[in-house]
Amino acid sequence: MTGKTLFDKVWERNLVRDEAPDSPAILHVGLHLIHEVTTPQAFQVLAERGLKVRRPDLTLGTIDHSVPTLPAGKDGRLPYATTAAENQIDTLRTNCALHNIVLLDLDDPRRGIVHMVGPELGRTHPGTVVVCGDSHTSTHGAFGALAFGIGTTEVGHVLASQALFQRKPKTLRIVFDGTTAPGVTAKDMALTVIARLGMDGGTGYVLEYAGEAVRALSMEGRMTLCNLSIEAGARAGMVAPDQTTFDYLAGRPGIPEDWDAAIASWSELYSDDDAVFDKEITIDAATIVPMVTYGVSPHEAAPVNGNVPAASNANASEALDYMGLSGGEELSAIAVNRVFVGSCTNGRIEDLRQVAGLLRGKRVADHVSMLVVPGSAAVKKQAEDEGLDKVFVTAGAEWREPGCSMCIAMNGDKGAPGEVVVSTSNRNFRGRQGEGVRTILASPATAAASAVVGRLADPRQLEVT
Amino acid sequence: MKPFGKVTSKTVAVATSNVDTDQIIPARFLTTTDRDGLGDAAFRDWRFDKEGNTLDHPINDIDPDTHNILIAGDNFGCGSSREHAAWALDAFGVRAVISSSFGDIFKSNAVKNGLLPVEVDEATLDLLLSTPDRELTIDLEEEEIRFGNHVVSFATEPFARRCLLQGADPLSVLMDAVCDIEAYERENGKAL
Ligand code: SF4
Repeated sequence: MTGKTLFDKVWERNLVRDEAPDSPAILHVGLHLIHEVTTPQAFQVLAERGLKVRRPDLTLGTIDHSVPTLPAGKDGRLPYATTAAENQIDTLRTNCALHNIVLLDLDDPRRGIVHMVGPELGRTHPGTVVVCGDSHTSTHGAFGALAFGIGTTEVGHVLASQALFQRKPKTLRIVFDGTTAPGVTAKDMALTVIARLGMDGGTGYVLEYAGEAVRALSMEGRMTLCNLSIEAGARAGMVAPDQTTFDYLAGRPGIPEDWDAAIASWSELYSDDDAVFDKEITIDAATIVPMVTYGVSPHEAAPVNGNVPAASNANASEALDYMGLSGGEELSAIAVNRVFVGSCTNGRIEDLRQVAGLLRGKRVADHVSMLVVPGSAAVKKQAEDEGLDKVFVTAGAEWREPGCSMCIAMNGDKGAPGEVVVSTSNRNFRGRQGEGVRTILASPATAAASAVVGRLADPRQLEVT
Repeated sequence: MKPFGKVTSKTVAVATSNVDTDQIIPARFLTTTDRDGLGDAAFRDWRFDKEGNTLDHPINDIDPDTHNILIAGDNFGCGSSREHAAWALDAFGVRAVISSSFGDIFKSNAVKNGLLPVEVDEATLDLLLSTPDRELTIDLEEEEIRFGNHVVSFATEPFARRCLLQGADPLSVLMDAVCDIEAYERENGKAL
């Protein structure tokens, strides 16, 4: 018998009913994260059918997508983008209260972006299934969980049953051989993978990230890597749990009571030596350099010190038109209007430390406005305890309250038409950061360096203090 | 759930690849608490400029009565998991989308809303993209599309197909399994 992959082991642990030709498997959900945008219609279905939330204890609510990142005004009111946004948040409050679901409301020191709070509170456990009505749920795979985004109908299914129908996906292992060079981050590793796989190269697969360079990553870096799996079409990305994982989780409030038993059980979660993957690719980690996107999809990524690749088809040339770029142009010649640091991809403390390291003693270029938005209240506090907020403000950046902010531009934080925004988030789709905005995805270090230089810049050329 | 059996309609072709769900419905329309009324938001920034003037785009040819089959470039519906994309397409008048591949989550959302994603080979897709406004029949029972003298078969996940054909609701089937879910929780130390 051949060995099992990490994915196989997690799949089996959570199998309520195996799949058959005419019916998908039923998987048990260990953590269901919910937020304001993708849940109202699910709760509505429950109400229509007289159903209850089966396991409120395995459900956790947060408010992130449309929350303002500016503080309340003199009248004590938060500057919501629209009354609809405020109403949607109120709807989540009502639904959580009705169903006894813990909601990390705006005054809760534990609140933050949905994919920040699960790990921070120790609620994301290796070997479990984590779902949320949000495609970047793949983030939680960094802990060796099977974590993926679902639609609102399925949110209703999980609320009502704590389980969901699922067909078994295929597996794709990405092995990073060797170590990355200094100044290269998990974001650059992820953009390298996406550029290699293409936007749908991962569709139908669960990715496992393995190899020396992955083992060397902190949990923050692993989360960034797994977070971006969906940008290659893969619903989930996973990293086998190890001592780094256990050290991160130890002492957090949501961890299992029997910690030793949990570690023993989690330690079995790795791909066996003779496990067979449906597909496997190897990347030489030493060849990875800081990457940026130049098109309107995350796979259109290239080394920051290189050139814009020539368009090879109509879709690619439409993308370059939208971006106002032409093939052959030097990426480092692109002038930047705005820089956004934040999101569930790169809104963690490690990211903010990197940005501060590059901004300390320097100034954001005059024509650039820069927004730094912590991913959670805990990150905000930690950053302020370390004095990072002062570094940002002294350099000329704005320091905000936590939320998704310009990642999705639902809360009023957005760019203006035609502007070039260097962003640490995950999607450079047309209009994602405001109508007509040209988004360039980059690591926090590259974003910070670009803010200082005023053009796209390789962070390795700047001194870190 | 809205059933899907057989649809005959003229086609509308949009050759763009990787149409993400942010294009299908921009995020600013996601603050709704309803499923209904999203037809105007569908492909909003393709159909209208900032002032609300209609833009020249083939997607404008969608008509629920006459042109309700969309032919789209590969990897349609990638990106965000927002089910609003399926709701908006449905309200806009799209009954089925034909492409060579789909975003996983979009595909899963679509079938739960009576909207059929039909996966065909690239040659068929190229043919359909290059000849828009042609009459085509999608027959889910037979799992084939028919146009001119072509018959092309496609595959659908069997459970989704059954639910679509019968207009059956997967949630009821799942709720019938709650005994098993409870037993699983007891046996695995996950019960309350
Ligand atoms: S930060 Fe962006 S990707 Fe992450 S949950 Fe918020 S909107 Fe989604």
